[in-house]
Amino acid sequence: MTPAPEHLVIAPILIPFFAGALMLLYGDDRQRKARLILSFGSAIALLLVALGLLGRASQSPAAEGGAMGFYLLGDWASPFGIVLVLDRLSAMMLLLLAVLALPALTYSLAGWQRQGTHFHALFQFLLMGLNGAFLTGDLFNLFVFFEVLLAASYGLLLHGSGAFRVGAGLHYIAVNLTASLMFLIGVSLIYGVTGTLNMAHLAGLIPTLSEADRPLLHAGAAILALAFLVKAGMWPLSFWLPTAYSAGAPPVAAIFAVMTKVGVYAVLRLSMLMFGPGAGPSLGVGAEVLIAGGMLTMLFGLLGVLGTQALGRMAGHLVLVSSGTVLAVIGFTLAGGGNAMLAGGLYYLVASTLASSALFLLIEPLSREDGDIAAMLALTADAYGIADPLEDEDAATGLAIPGSLATLAVGFGGCLLVLAGMPPLAGFVGKLAILSGLLSGGGLSVPQDWAWTFLALLLLSGLATLIGLVRVGVQVFWTSDLAAQKIWALEVGPPAALLLLAAAMTVRSEDVLGYMDATSRALHSPPVYTTGVSLAPRVTDGAEATE
Amino acid sequence: MEIVLSAAIGVLAASGAWLLMRPRSFQVIVGLCLLSYAVNLFIFAMGRLTVGAPAIMPKRGFVNPDAYADPIPQALVLTAIVISFATTALFLVVMIAARGFTGSDHVDGQERAP
Repeated sequence: MTPAPEHLVIAPILIPFFAGALMLLYGDDRQRKARLILSFGSAIALLLVALGLLGRASQSPAAEGGAMGFYLLGDWASPFGIVLVLDRLSAMMLLLLAVLALPALTYSLAGWQRQGTHFHALFQFLLMGLNGAFLTGDLFNLFVFFEVLLAASYGLLLHGSGAFRVGAGLHYIAVNLTASLMFLIGVSLIYGVTGTLNMAHLAGLIPTLSEADRPLLHAGAAILALAFLVKAGMWPLSFWLPTAYSAGAPPVAAIFAVMTKVGVYAVLRLSMLMFGPGAGPSLGVGAEVLIAGGMLTMLFGLLGVLGTQALGRMAGHLVLVSSGTVLAVIGFTLAGGGNAMLAGGLYYLVASTLASSALFLLIEPLSREDGDIAAMLALTADAYGIADPLEDEDAATGLAIPGSLATLAVGFGGCLLVLAGMPPLAGFVGKLAILSGLLSGGGLSVPQDWAWTFLALLLLSGLATLIGLVRVGVQVFWTSDLAAQKIWALEVGPPAALLLLAAAMTVRSEDVLGYMDATSRALHSPPVYTTGVSLAPRVTDGAEATE
Repeated sequence: MEIVLSAAIGVLAASGAWLLMRPRSFQVIVGLCLLSYAVNLFIFAMGRLTVGAPAIMPKRGFVNPDAYADPIPQALVLTAIVISFATTALFLVVMIAARGFTGSDHVDGQERAP
């Protein structure tokens, strides 16, 4: 028998899976409480598990794979079966997701959860798909988890219904179905060339490929990357994103803020494994595309921020700016940008995800016309024939926050500071780390001009964010009389918690950056990952030895 | 055999991609179906084409792998078929909902002004 802690690695997949499946049994509207308990129980358990896994992953010295977690599903030996891999990067993403899930769920209590029966179940399946995608070490398994999270996200995007959502959902689903087909072509092409689906095994095989096979592998990787880049919203694959994100219900949009990051994660993981150091002749393939695409995404995003009026679309473009920045950083890293830059990029990724998630949660209280969520809900309940307006009354009970305007303004200001990268909050630290990494790390395989362009774009995108958000802030807080409206603690608490986390990241930025630096160094030495996976011990090996 | 299969994949993918760009939602979903057929055949072809070779090997003793078809692409195709079937069904539901909301089968919900 293996001791229980070994099995903790698969817990982030199993917990939401069982919670979601159990919730389907409580489909009745009267059993709302049971669903709530399951939902929050699962989210809290996920947070604890993610903390535990992070603690375990960060124990290992960065240069050694010793404490990386491996989990052989079905106890099949490593290159043949599916393996789950826990390293610093995946532990970080798990924690980020768990941290975002709890506030989004809390926010949904203020009313959104009532708009459809299966909100909580879909939410759990989305968490399962995301966790699985972060953990898996197998290409086809990655596809399956992508489909799980996409199927759940289709349902969640439509949550609340209405013509606008259904229209945006239609486009979103069409784009993502096509991207999934690309994913399949890429995976099967890679399998056809190398004969393996295991990421670690694949990374080991790449330097030994024959010259005739190499272009095919690169084509396969490019098609695969297309699927990830659609998720990450790289220009010109990103036109669906602002509409879809602004159409989603606020708690859904808040958790969607991490959905672009799953694309970024997959690009980072696979490009560092396949084309990172030790890839032989394939070193740095795709770096130029990532840099150019990332910078164009930033440009598109910042023009979008300046050009939009609605806060929802603006937040969507801010998500684009953030993922474009990280994509460009990954490109520079592939081109030999060095540790420090990637560490800064990861720090920025976490900080900007927290802030954009908080911004999505703030949009609704800010743009509410009649000032009362109960009124709005009664209206929609009428329109869709949900016949319990009386029970909904207790929805909007709870604490009404005094000085609503000031509270919202402080929250909005916090988002602005992080997203624009102004001191003293976390966005500034992230951008500073990226810039200092960029300036100090020589030896880029791309022209130095690219680095200067990126620097200019990074500063410009901060400026554009500042202008765009300040303009909205002036409209909302100074030129309209919002003072009369009420907001509820359930609506302000979650974004406040997210912003406090971003602030905590700033205060402890040395520790966080240290962790990111170790993550980045581990990513720069793929052999750690590869040998770790191929040597992952089977449970039965020990048993056979003792027989 | 190779040329027939690759031509079939090519024709399916090309017509699927063309239909995908069309403005009617029915054309889009048929295009997605054709594309997924093309992709499924492509995955299958990635296991190399063999005639009359079983995919499952006997349990004991030495087997010559050349006499058997690669079972992994077949398993992958099975998974891909199931998943694309389910997501297509879901897409169909959303399309019908969109048709109900907008009264138009245009993918944008309204006809483009001439």
